[in-house]
Amino acid sequence: MSSPGLSTPIDRGTPPAARPAGGGALRRRLPGSLAWHLGALALLAVILYPVLWVVGGSFKRSEDIVGSLDLFPGDPITDNYTRLTEGIADVPVSTFFMNSLFLAGGSVVGILLSCSLTAYAFAKIRFAGRNLLFTLMIGTLLLPYHVLLIPQYVLFRNMEMINTYTPLLIGKYLATEAFFVFLMVQFMRNLPRELDEAARLDGCGHFRIYWSIVLPLSRPALITSAIFTFINAWNDFMGPLIYLNEPDKYTVSLGLKMFVDQDAVADYGGMIAMSLVALLPVLAFFLAFQRYLIDGMATSGLKG
Amino acid sequence: MGTAVTHAPAMEDLTEDSEPRHGPVNSAGSAALKRRGRRENLAGYLFMSPWIAGFLLLTAGPMAASLYFAFTDYNLFDAPRWIGLDNFSEMFADPRWRHSVRVTLWYVVVGTPIKLILALGVALLLAQKRRGQAFYRAAFYAPSLIGASVSIAIVWKAIFSDDAAVDRAQRFLGFDAGGWAGDPDMIIYSLVALTVWQFGAPMVIFLAGLKQVPRELYEAADVDGAGKLRQFWNITLPMISPVLFFNVLLETIHSFQIFSSAYIVGGGAGGNACGPADGSMVYTCYLYVQGFENSRMGLASAMAWMLLIAVALVTAVLFWSQKRWVHYEEDAR
Repeated sequence: MSSPGLSTPIDRGTPPAARPAGGGALRRRLPGSLAWHLGALALLAVILYPVLWVVGGSFKRSEDIVGSLDLFPGDPITDNYTRLTEGIADVPVSTFFMNSLFLAGGSVVGILLSCSLTAYAFAKIRFAGRNLLFTLMIGTLLLPYHVLLIPQYVLFRNMEMINTYTPLLIGKYLATEAFFVFLMVQFMRNLPRELDEAARLDGCGHFRIYWSIVLPLSRPALITSAIFTFINAWNDFMGPLIYLNEPDKYTVSLGLKMFVDQDAVADYGGMIAMSLVALLPVLAFFLAFQRYLIDGMATSGLKG
Repeated sequence: MGTAVTHAPAMEDLTEDSEPRHGPVNSAGSAALKRRGRRENLAGYLFMSPWIAGFLLLTAGPMAASLYFAFTDYNLFDAPRWIGLDNFSEMFADPRWRHSVRVTLWYVVVGTPIKLILALGVALLLAQKRRGQAFYRAAFYAPSLIGASVSIAIVWKAIFSDDAAVDRAQRFLGFDAGGWAGDPDMIIYSLVALTVWQFGAPMVIFLAGLKQVPRELYEAADVDGAGKLRQFWNITLPMISPVLFFNVLLETIHSFQIFSSAYIVGGGAGGNACGPADGSMVYTCYLYVQGFENSRMGLASAMAWMLLIAVALVTAVLFWSQKRWVHYEEDAR
């Protein structure tokens, strides 16, 4: 990518008269750098405010949470967390967490298996109709979920699967999340072809190549997909709202919604505390894997 | 994973680079080739079978069913009854439906550009090599992961209620307008603020795009004496236009489908589903109310198809317009 004409010192060098001498440039650059950092810090403060607000609020008295401007209370209390241990509507809060964990974990397993199989077919197998199916798959990426909402509900209702986790999980095992298929296809296509060609010459079938070569090499894409899947399933609200109707099956999102619907002042603090606790797994994933998340996000945009 | 190619929305070019894969078998006879082709087909469809089952059972089938329901009166308990275009004429005559369309369009038209301009602006600043750049990138991205959660919607409702932070801040500036969450005219702006807060995801994509712009272009422009603004307009913007296109497309489509935050920020007090006086009654909120609270499955299906048509139109217009403003490098990769 080097263009020889440009990198010669003659072209680079600016006539001394056009720019101030070295010291001047330094003086000019310093305020620029200062402004940059001040701007970044100001934006950071705005970005972080809601998160800090919920941390501080969870240690305030219910009646102080909204009105008081102090981010953190002078006399922190833990009543809100004690309130959580009482559960809501006779369901212990831990039940919501176990349910969410089960759904999110089940989703991750399903996405990793089904999407990687599909992606392998698109990336590594030459079969008739592949381009057509790929176009269809991309089409589902742009399809608004709401078109499927009602007929899927009718379908699962007729199959008597309302108030079970099947409607929330089955799509994950049938590779309906085109975004992850797409992410994995892009990754697998860039793996060195020599590896699987050599394996083919040695008589390996597609399944062996998929399992022993492509899957291990695709780890970064799999990790990215797994984390995104977990977070999406954890945050999901509409799915559980529609399909689950007994509190002991509720996810964290629905448990929080129950708090919202209660009017008791004492519950307000509990709701804020639970809001924070509900965010913790996502924030923990973010802190642990932010590289994978950001790189995955960036790649999807560039190639997609 | 960072080594991406700015060839960008190359959505249907699976073939081009997998064509020369025949190599090792070219000595085999044509019968063997044919046999191998058949084996490849079998393997391909075996690997694809979960996706194909999912596509038929959970996408194509439901879409067909939804299209049928759209022309019926269906309450889940009695069999669907064909009523022709009645759902559509009822919908268009319904002031509440028209209100939900207006609220949604306003949300999309105001929120998406602000979010994308902020994302691009911050990406340009973060593209400068400075200390802490990676930290800021990560911190700004974090809201995109939690923004859709019920927790944040609850926090939002609180921050934007009477006497809370935003209300106090605007009073300090001399406006006495009250909290936005309880105000039918203002609640939609609290939702706009919520989506703008999540500018990190498009920002990360912009940043990756900016990294791909060849430095030589700027050096050449410097030599020619082009100012920073000219450079942005004539180099940066054309070079990242594929990424810009991608962001505009995805953000717009997503904005049309906003639900949870509108439902939670607007919900609660008094049992109204979507905001005081329908203030945050976005399209999907009304769809939910009609389908799941009023059991009007036929009407809700018709509404869903109108949403699909709207999204498809926007997508088509964007794809059509990209010829004019999206610049793909001919000799990329």
